[in-house]
Amino acid sequence: MSGTHAETVRYVRDTMLPEQAPPLSAAGPIAWVRTNLFAGWFNTIMTLLSLAVIFFTLVELVPWLVQSSWTATSLNECRAQIVEMYGEGTTGACWAVIRERYLQLIYGFYPSELYWRPSLAFVLLIFAVAPILFERVPRALLYLTVIYPFLGAWLMWGGTVWLPIGAFMGFVFAYLTIRFVGTRAGAIVAAIAAVVVAIVWWLFLMGPVVQEFEQSIPLALEPVESRAFGGFMLSILIGVTAIAGSLPLGILLALGRQSDLFIVKSLCVGFIEFIRGVPLITLLFVASVLLNVFLPPGTNFDIILRVMIMVTLFAAAYMAEVVRGGLAALPKGQYEAADALGLDYWKAQRLIIMPQALKISIPGIVSTFIGVFKDTTLVSIIGLLDPLGLSNAIRSDTAWNGVVWELYGFIALMFFIFCFSMSRYSMYLERKLQTGHR
Amino acid sequence: MSELSTNPTGAAGTADPTHLTDQVAIQITNMNKWYGAFHVLRDINLTVREGERIVIAGPSGSGKSTLIRCINRLEEHQSGQIVVDGIELTSDLKNIDKIRREVGMVFQHFNLFPHLTILENCTLAPIWVRKVPRREAEETAMHFLEKVKIPEQANKYPGQLSGGQQQRVAIARSLCMKPRIMLFDEPTSALDPEMIKEVLDTMIELAHDGMTMLCVTHEMGFARQVADRVIFMDQGQIVEQNEPEEFFNNPQSERTKLFLSQILGH
Repeated sequence: MSGTHAETVRYVRDTMLPEQAPPLSAAGPIAWVRTNLFAGWFNTIMTLLSLAVIFFTLVELVPWLVQSSWTATSLNECRAQIVEMYGEGTTGACWAVIRERYLQLIYGFYPSELYWRPSLAFVLLIFAVAPILFERVPRALLYLTVIYPFLGAWLMWGGTVWLPIGAFMGFVFAYLTIRFVGTRAGAIVAAIAAVVVAIVWWLFLMGPVVQEFEQSIPLALEPVESRAFGGFMLSILIGVTAIAGSLPLGILLALGRQSDLFIVKSLCVGFIEFIRGVPLITLLFVASVLLNVFLPPGTNFDIILRVMIMVTLFAAAYMAEVVRGGLAALPKGQYEAADALGLDYWKAQRLIIMPQALKISIPGIVSTFIGVFKDTTLVSIIGLLDPLGLSNAIRSDTAWNGVVWELYGFIALMFFIFCFSMSRYSMYLERKLQTGHR
Repeated sequence: MSELSTNPTGAAGTADPTHLTDQVAIQITNMNKWYGAFHVLRDINLTVREGERIVIAGPSGSGKSTLIRCINRLEEHQSGQIVVDGIELTSDLKNIDKIRREVGMVFQHFNLFPHLTILENCTLAPIWVRKVPRREAEETAMHFLEKVKIPEQANKYPGQLSGGQQQRVAIARSLCMKPRIMLFDEPTSALDPEMIKEVLDTMIELAHDGMTMLCVTHEMGFARQVADRVIFMDQGQIVEQNEPEEFFNNPQSERTKLFLSQILGH
């Protein structure tokens, strides 16, 4: 019956065909190998060539990694140990340098009896970030997220507890101002009032109040100078600050760039184009040298704080363009539907536009994050001791003069772990937010 | 022609006036709109009474979509007056928000929010704009999803639904705001033929419930069945309006005759 419809014009199907499993040549591991590795003679040759290259690389690399010394106290001792253990002419990695200096690579010159403080700050960081990254984490941790910037800074730098609390209060006052003024005047007035209140508090009122509290209830950690900061601790500190700061700032810049208000738009465009047009190193030099010239004499504006601000601004400019790409990809109908339902600008942005625009931008956003994190190594140029700066210091020690691959390899591995985690997380997030075709 | 378009009530020969009240829902007087130098709407005068069902037809580019988009200020008009539900549309944001709460809109391409479930699509505006408690908003949403006959899809995402289902969700989403006026901007133009009927059925049911409706559509069967008045637009002007029977059987203007012969001709 079913074979006849090719010859006749008139045809009626009386039974529908059931679904069948695909043939073995179209699915399963054999099919995969055939289509992906050995499809045609050219592919076969390329596969074999690649396998050969991988094989010879490993043959060279693995012995160097394995035939290594972990216990020596200098490079020469390392070499002697390796020759002694594995025979004349053997070269191997001298991991002893990592073993001896890993604490320094992690903490820089932070006082060793206070290592617990940055370590605690790092553990708390994980808890503070977890509720943002994963939905299943208890929401109560968000309170930690809110106070973490101040708690973390206090743990790192020490000093009186009233200073971070005072800084935090500035945000509380700003929030209260928005709540109080926002119900009586427009949103823009409220925002301006909040900024003014916060700045007045920070610049004029906070100092005396903090001093007062400090005298009546002294509660302080031993202060640690910024100069002692270094290693991965410094990279993470700058990197996390820049990452956390650049996303909200970038979103605001992107929205400002799309704004109908001419001045807002011009300011945003000008900021973005200026920052993107200048190398990060230039900005870092501005932070380290020039700012001192402009600031009133005697101002002690922490160098790490200055660098964090500069890196954040730098990342924000790139972030703004990434987010703008996401905004541009949204169909106009989404804005119209939000408008037609009566949502105002900020609600539409928050509930409709941003969730989608950010989702589209995830790959770009995470690329920017990774880029910023790696760019933190540039601070070694202005004399901060990030892992690369420390590796130079270690290599200038006579005992380790000449160690290259081991140090850089270790640093690269650590950076890779951080960056690869971010990359994997972004893929997880993309999968999670996948809600079918649009 | 100008006499027709400036006829302010326009409901002269309504076939079934029992559902109409004397309340004016929308009053448009001498309204003009330009896109740059292009005069897209010219001297529009239109009065819509509460409960009235109006179908707007016309060739593409005639300004019919722009006209209904002006009613909830998705497009800005440059001169003349639009009064919706007693509130005049000006650039005052508060008035615009008030009007948008009372006017629901259904788009050609549905414009559902793809990152939210069907239920969330329906509850979002009531919760955030009307400040309805979540539970109550969800009950309302389920009520309207049942009305458009897809309550079982409530927890799916728009991307998982067919076009017809998505459009019915879009209708339900608008209804959840309890609007007094519904605007339809070519709601069936992007749908497969098999799905047009389910959307039209929903719209017909809505019409029977007494909703004030303005529909830009090419579905002339729908117009015959439901409309109190059919408006024909061309080149940014209202060329002819009449009750459906008269409009289809006895069109007056040459332009209308040509249009009707083209869309009904095959």
